[in-house]
Amino acid sequence: MTGRKQDEDRADALFHALADRTRRDILRRVLAGEHSVSTLAASYDMSFAAVQKHVAVLERAGLITKRRVGREALASGDVEAVRSVRSMLTEIESLWRGRIARIDELLAEPNETGPNATGPNQRRK
Amino acid sequence: MPVTDVKQDLDNRTLTIVAEFAAPVERVWALYADPRQLERVWGPPSHPATFVDHALVPGGRTTYYMTGPEGEKYAGIWEIKTVDEPSGFTFEDAFADEDFNALPEMPVSHNAYSFAAHDGGTRATFVTTYASAEALQQVLDMGMIEGATESINQIDAFLAAA
Repeated sequence: MTGRKQDEDRADALFHALADRTRRDILRRVLAGEHSVSTLAASYDMSFAAVQKHVAVLERAGLITKRRVGREALASGDVEAVRSVRSMLTEIESLWRGRIARIDELLAEPNETGPNATGPNQRRK
Repeated sequence: MPVTDVKQDLDNRTLTIVAEFAAPVERVWALYADPRQLERVWGPPSHPATFVDHALVPGGRTTYYMTGPEGEKYAGIWEIKTVDEPSGFTFEDAFADEDFNALPEMPVSHNAYSFAAHDGGTRATFVTTYASAEALQQVLDMGMIEGATESINQIDAFLAAA
């Protein structure tokens, strides 16, 4: 099976790509919306070629995609954005599952305000 | 299993959770109306919640905080928007400082909770929506940085989604 090696290679590429501050900054910008590489280059105190290289590393890692419109190269990070949203929502979901289990437990307790109430905890088994 | 359905709507930044409880709608409503019951279910065991002010009335302002294992406090505010006892209510949930001033730079979520009679019990639907693309982008940014520096789980999540 080559799946394992491919996964490892991909993880290497991902973490190499994210290990650089400028690349993380570029990724944040293109996650917010499509940017041309020349617009991105204007935002940094480095050469166009250097920014282009950073974009290429992010692209190889699968974090951003590029398309060409005329002479412009446009970069966007939408797909990964959706994945990040998913992992965030999944975290919130697990918080909710815990909360709902606690509600269920509380509702199963004898009615505290009823005539036979003996306090919140005394009748728990 | 009380949770019967979970839906993630990525485009609208919305999470919908449906749960069924073996108690009448009025009982579920009473839990949400009573801060002493609400604080027993709101926070995870590691971060118990304390509700300071809480009244389910339109325009009402709920203040609460959760306390972490090291005693650190995370405060929040609910702005109650609409109330339809006992069928449901809507509110905005915002992060706050320790004096319950909303933190404008932190994400706000809009929440709609509804309760309906079902099979002798209650079907509860909890809908949480992030208010703006900016709010979500911010959470996203935090997630990306985490992904770059931390946990192996994050790596697995990336790969599983690939």
